[in-house]
Amino acid sequence: MKIRDLGELAARNLREALLRNSLTTLGIAVGVASLVAMLSLGVGLQDLANQRLSHSGLFDAIFISPRTNFSAFGRPARTNEVAPSSGAIEPPRPLDEDARAAIERLPNVIEVYPEIRFPTEIQFKGNPYSTVVAGVPMSARSGGAFDAIKGAFFSGPAADETILQIEFARELSAQPDTLLGQEIVLTYAERQPLPPEPAKSGAGGQGTADAGMSPGFSVVPREENLRIVGIVETQPAAGFGGATGRLLIPLQLAEKLRAAQTNDFREILGGTPGKANYQSLTVRVTGPSAVKDVEDAIKGMGYSTFSLLDATDNLRLVFAVFDLLLGIFGSLALVVASLGIINTLVMAILERRREIGVLKALGAADRDIRRLFFVEAGVMGLLGGICGVALGWAIGRAMNFGANVYLHRRSLPATNLSSVPWWLVAAAIAFSVGVSLAAGIYPASRAARLDPVEALRYE
Amino acid sequence: MGAAVVRAVDDVTLGIRAGEFVALLGSSGSGKSTLLNLMAGLDRPTSGAIFAHGRNLAGMNSEELAQHRSRTIGIVFQAFNLLPRMTLEENVELPLRLAGTERAERTPRVHEAAERVRLAARLAHRPGELSGGEQQRAALARALVNRPSILLADEPTGNLDSATGDEIMLLLREINESLGMTIVMVTHERPRAERFAHRIVQMKDGKIESDGERP
Repeated sequence: MKIRDLGELAARNLREALLRNSLTTLGIAVGVASLVAMLSLGVGLQDLANQRLSHSGLFDAIFISPRTNFSAFGRPARTNEVAPSSGAIEPPRPLDEDARAAIERLPNVIEVYPEIRFPTEIQFKGNPYSTVVAGVPMSARSGGAFDAIKGAFFSGPAADETILQIEFARELSAQPDTLLGQEIVLTYAERQPLPPEPAKSGAGGQGTADAGMSPGFSVVPREENLRIVGIVETQPAAGFGGATGRLLIPLQLAEKLRAAQTNDFREILGGTPGKANYQSLTVRVTGPSAVKDVEDAIKGMGYSTFSLLDATDNLRLVFAVFDLLLGIFGSLALVVASLGIINTLVMAILERRREIGVLKALGAADRDIRRLFFVEAGVMGLLGGICGVALGWAIGRAMNFGANVYLHRRSLPATNLSSVPWWLVAAAIAFSVGVSLAAGIYPASRAARLDPVEALRYE
Repeated sequence: MGAAVVRAVDDVTLGIRAGEFVALLGSSGSGKSTLLNLMAGLDRPTSGAIFAHGRNLAGMNSEELAQHRSRTIGIVFQAFNLLPRMTLEENVELPLRLAGTERAERTPRVHEAAERVRLAARLAHRPGELSGGEQQRAALARALVNRPSILLADEPTGNLDSATGDEIMLLLREINESLGMTIVMVTHERPRAERFAHRIVQMKDGKIESDGERP
């Protein structure tokens, strides 16, 4: 029999038992829909997590600290006295401006910044408040922490602006929202290099970081006027250093202030004379995939590093298992639906027994009968698959809508919980047709084997 | 389904010449229908051989038997066996579909077959809208549409009243005479067999009791 005739006969048979075949097709559609909805949720959540994590500053960041010789901890690093037996380990090197510049030159590095955090006092409307100031790099803007900001992010990397943490803002005013645009005065202790020793020439002044600065410094009280531009509810974590503070200022401004920090004293004791030393640096790279190479390069330079790369690998595994579980639950519905197909077609054999006998008597081969039933199963699978994908997409939309209503009420930004990519559409329809054809195997071969003499026996 | 083997057709030797009109006569259970099914290739003999145009049906696989039914044989049944949801035209076209005949060729062939049974005016009707005689004529058109060389008829008048039955018998004789088609008809009505068939084969308990030309 020709394919077109096969199709016409199959379509005719499907139309004749319209209610039953529609219900069966609906069963497949529900199965496919549950599969699509489950997987779209899995895909959507994974997309969301990837997006969030890659911007969170946790998965594209490397935390660097000087390699610590624990026996010498807190004492001047005896660079020349490190045991030569541990040849593989390079001697601890200070984490200074040179190192920072060298790391900045590595490929895939976006920025390198220190953790700046210092206790201070501010003046607001004449009243003093003590708090902790933290420097925030501009790249933190794309992180999730500032999504729900009231007001705005810093206008520039060294702007005289500040973002308040909501609890601190409440200390300042009962209506935190009214603080936006107001000025506060930051009082802090500036480090100033000690006057050069008489033997050396040159005077301390602007840009003396690389000049002959002595390891000691004096502390001078300073003031800085800052405009409040934003209020944030969450505590933004800028890298692993957890540069959390209740009053956030742009990182470059924080560096410029040269405020005395808690680790300064250690620097005096153990640092390289004349250079700015960092207790730690955070490196932001182009993406999670670049973390490993950069991390290896920095390790090669003689520093300790730490990143959450292993954690992302685990996360991927978790999502793979999650997707698998969702897929299994979704497939269960499709398995039930395929039982429906088997049932419908077996019923159809009983009902169309005589017709199959007539077709055989008129010259139909077993193969023709088998194909006819296959085509019917396949068409039900195709229609069910298409309807199911549409239904699953609609369920995903509904989930999105519900989730976003909920997020909106909690004044969180809208997200895409479920996502139906094209590959999922194609795979779901193909899967549906495949499962339906598989379900058609038994009924089709049973119909093909039907004995025409038995089938035609006059009742 | 019991353990005992029933020999529906046993030790039968029968030769039918091209163009003959043979009636297989016998009471129910005599094996006449089984013999017809064997000739049609709907059933296979446990042992022995059935030759049609020199080819042994007993040695054919199911695919070849389907070809035999499609090209060599036309069948009509006592119960007409028209597909109730198809129009007459679609019913008559069915063997052409199954044989893979070109679409352009089908309509003229369907009309030719319908004219031969004088049913061309009713092609758009469904079987339920027709009388028994008309339904059997439609079944006859369906059997003829593939231009078989052998027409097998299993009690073709069994569901019809006597006048309509005669009408069908006349039509069969006409087909036999004008087309030279071999006809093998199973019946239990001796008078009708004697009136229309050239040759009567009397069967009893699966064996041929008598085989003779019509007097």
